[in-house]
Formats: sequence, structure tokens, C-alpha cells
Amino acid sequence: MTAFLQSTFNGLVSGAFYALLALGLAVIFGMLRVVNFAHGAFYMLGAFGAYVLLAEAGVPFWAALVVVPLALALLGMALERAFIHRLTRLDPLYNFLLTFGLTLILQDLVKLRYGVQSSPYEAPAGLRGSVDFGLFDFPTYRVFILGFAVAVCVGVWWALARTRVGMVVRAATERPELTRALGINVGRWITPVFGFGIALAGLAGVLAAPMRAVNPLMGADLIIVVFAVVVIGGLGSIFGSVAAGFGIGMVQAWAEAYLSAFPIVAQTIVFIVMAAVLLWRPAGLFGRAEAPA
Amino acid sequence: MLRIENLSAWYGEAQVLRDAGLHVDPGEVVTLVGRNGAGKSTLLRCVMGLHTGWRGTVELSGTELGNLSADRRARLGLGWVPDDRGSYATLTVTENLTLPPTVGPDPWSLERVYEAFPALYQRRNSAATTLSGGEQQMLALARVLRMGARMLLCDEPTEGLAPLLVQQVGDLLREAKRHGVTVLLVEQNLRFATSVADRHYLLAEGRVTAAMENSEVRSRERELLSYLGI
Repeated sequence: MTAFLQSTFNGLVSGAFYALLALGLAVIFGMLRVVNFAHGAFYMLGAFGAYVLLAEAGVPFWAALVVVPLALALLGMALERAFIHRLTRLDPLYNFLLTFGLTLILQDLVKLRYGVQSSPYEAPAGLRGSVDFGLFDFPTYRVFILGFAVAVCVGVWWALARTRVGMVVRAATERPELTRALGINVGRWITPVFGFGIALAGLAGVLAAPMRAVNPLMGADLIIVVFAVVVIGGLGSIFGSVAAGFGIGMVQAWAEAYLSAFPIVAQTIVFIVMAAVLLWRPAGLFGRAEAPA
Repeated sequence: MLRIENLSAWYGEAQVLRDAGLHVDPGEVVTLVGRNGAGKSTLLRCVMGLHTGWRGTVELSGTELGNLSADRRARLGLGWVPDDRGSYATLTVTENLTLPPTVGPDPWSLERVYEAFPALYQRRNSAATTLSGGEQQMLALARVLRMGARMLLCDEPTEGLAPLLVQQVGDLLREAKRHGVTVLLVEQNLRFATSVADRHYLLAEGRVTAAMENSEVRSRERELLSYLGI
């Protein structure tokens, strides 16, 4: 029982990263119809941002948690204005190529400066040690990640469900052409929404810095699973991406704990789940079949 | 109010409108009748600024619309009532109504909409796509009236509706007209068309081939119906 709870908890923590990244991808896909292959690179930049700020300027974790996502949002918005929006009218393949190319460039730029070995980053003083849950101890920092990620997801859900901006984003995501015909300048929201999605990736990266190895390829490894999460949740579905993020985190942790006799299954469980979901519901668990324009 | 001259439009290589021209005076309700594929919906889409691949002149209250985007046109007072009713599944009924900005001098308040349509009020927190077809049509019309749009572009608002609901759509359009709203209506139902409209244009193979008064449509009803293939 203790082992089960512990692996569930670990799964929820991995799921928190999946959820934050998938949420950003979903918001961006919904509004821009762009699958942002560079999302993992921005996650990596988030972690490196925190590392560089601390190592070179002594900026602490808490400040990095605010500054790094904001800076990456600005970078993302600049890239959207400079490149991505030029391609939105073309075949989606061009955007795959563009964002994949951006990934390689960003990864190699970081590699040039910091090499491929992992850089250490310590958890902030207040979040070291562990919390006693009675049946088992759990690292304080992981508890913090889980709480923080849940709060961010709930906050984003609230903003989408309850604010005017959220209503416009939902409308433009569902039916962009109709929304324009009803007097809303959809284009004005595209760049900020892209920046917001990137900020979520950056935030996940900062959160990952004290826990995961900070290296130029950390995003590339993670993003493949995140794409599976997005597909399972339903491409463009906000709720689906978050639910599938936490769900897949847990499934992975359980598979590691209980299927260790079948390492091949344990390592590929995400894709097995994805294939099963797609056979059962081709639009994903919470996805809708493509709506008319 | 609305003046269209020499409007031609294409879908890829296929020409759908050929030098079409018409005008709608302020406060008029004018229908556009024609067979399926005659270009009626394309003409509305050109006016709304949703169609790419067109040439000609479209003027609203003396303003040449040219390459203005759809959202700018809506803010000039065009109200879009699409043929599929345009309900958002991810928005509640109230959100569907309050999504567009108010653009005209005489917008309906939300209270007034709900007073006129108690059925919408009862379902105000439900997803709009869970409404019946008739309720969704009322929602689409109420939405542009709440915007305060001065010129409505309605694409077959009575299609697929039961007779009682067709009558309700008619009542709503007549009510809007009494408040000075202008309407361009794509319609296949000639009885309905003559009950709400002042004048009619016949669109055939992308050209406006006839302009008719109500009396003419009534006297030629049988001939027109057989022409329209209904």
C-alpha cells in the first residue's frame, strides 16, 4: 500500500510537468493551429534560465520562477511575430519544420555555451528535506511542485472559464472565422496566447531545475511523452491535456513499479495507452471531432 | 445601406459570382432567392469579408468595404447569422449572446433578449449546442440584435424549422425592421420570404437575373418554385 501511494505520488509529480507542458501546447494549438515542436526547447530554456540566473547573477529560485517565464514569453512572442505567424496560412508541415528547426537551434546554442553535461541546481532553502505523510516521507520540493502545478492549472482553467479574455480564446479556438464575423479581432490575441503557452513551458522548466538534470536535451526527452499526452487528452482540449498529463504520469509510475519484470512494456506504456485510446476514440479522450470553420 | 456592384467571386478556378449587383435601402428587408449553388451564400460571405478570391464593389452606408477584415465589418454594424446558426459548444447561451461587442446605437439588452425568449433564459448556463435547432436559430438572431447590428446578413434562417418556429423567426425579423434594422436574407421558402421582405432578388448562375416586388413573387410563385426545384 505504501509503495503504491508513493509511486502514485511520484507519478503525480511527473504528471504535473506533463500537465503544464500539455496545457501550453493545447492553448497554442487551439488558437494558432500550430503544433509547437519547440515547446520542449522552451522548457529546457526555463531550466537553464533559472540555472544561469543563479550561477551568474545570484538570482534566487523564487525570483527566477517569475522572471524566467516572463522573459521566455517575450521571446516566444517575438518569434511568433517574426516567423510563426507568417506560416499560419500555409500547410501545417511548414510549421512543423519551423518549430522543429527552432528546437535544434535553441538546443545547440545552449550546448555551445554550457556543453551537454548536466548542471546542478539546488532546491531553495525552504523546500529542502521531506514531509512526513505518516505512511511514507516525501521530498518537500516535490510536494511543492505538485501543489504549485495544480494551482496553476486551476488558475488557467478559471481564467478560461470565467473571464472575458478566456471566453474570447474559447470562441476563437472553437470557430475562428465565426468569431471574426462577430466583431472580434482574433488576430490581436494570437501573439499573447502564444507567449502565454511558452511562459507555461518556461515555468515547468524552472520548476524542473532543482529536481531534474539541467542539460540541453532535457526538453527533447520529455516532449515526446508530452505529445502523446496531448493526443490522449484530445488535441486542443484544455481540460483533456491537464487530465491526461496527471493520468499518464501516474500510469507511467505504476508501470515502473509493477511491470519491472517487463521493462519493454514499462518504458513504452505511454504509447501503448495512446494507441489504445486512439483506436477507441480517434479524437482523444476529451477531444471533439474537427468543428467547421 | 448596402450596395453591391460587379461582384465576382471564385472558389479556386470555379467562378461562383459573375458581376452580381444589388442594393438594400436602410430599413428594408430584402431576400436573395436562387437554386442551390447559385452563389447566394458566397455573396453573403463576400459582404461579411469571409471570402477570399473576389472582385467588385461592396459599400455599407457609403463606406467601401474593400479589404476590411470581417471583424472590422462587424464593428461597422454588420450582423452575421450563418447558415449553421453558429452556436459555440464551448460557450454557454449567455456567453454566446455577450461574446460580440456592441456596435450599434440601439443594442438589445440581455434582459430584453431573455424576456423575448424565455426558453433561452431557462437554458442560459447550458452549452449553446445543446439547444434545439429552433432555439439555436433564435440565439443566432438574438445575438446580432444584442450587438446592435444595423444590417443583418441571414443565411436561410428558416431552413429545417417547424412552421411555428418559422413564424417566430418572421416575427423577430419584422420586429427588428420596426426598429430600423436592415436585412439581407437568403431564403428558399417563398411564402416566408414574401411575409417578411419588401423586395426580392433572383440569383442564377452567379448573376442577379431579376428584381421582384412581393406581388410579382406571389403571382409567379408556381413558376419560381419549379425553377428553384422545390
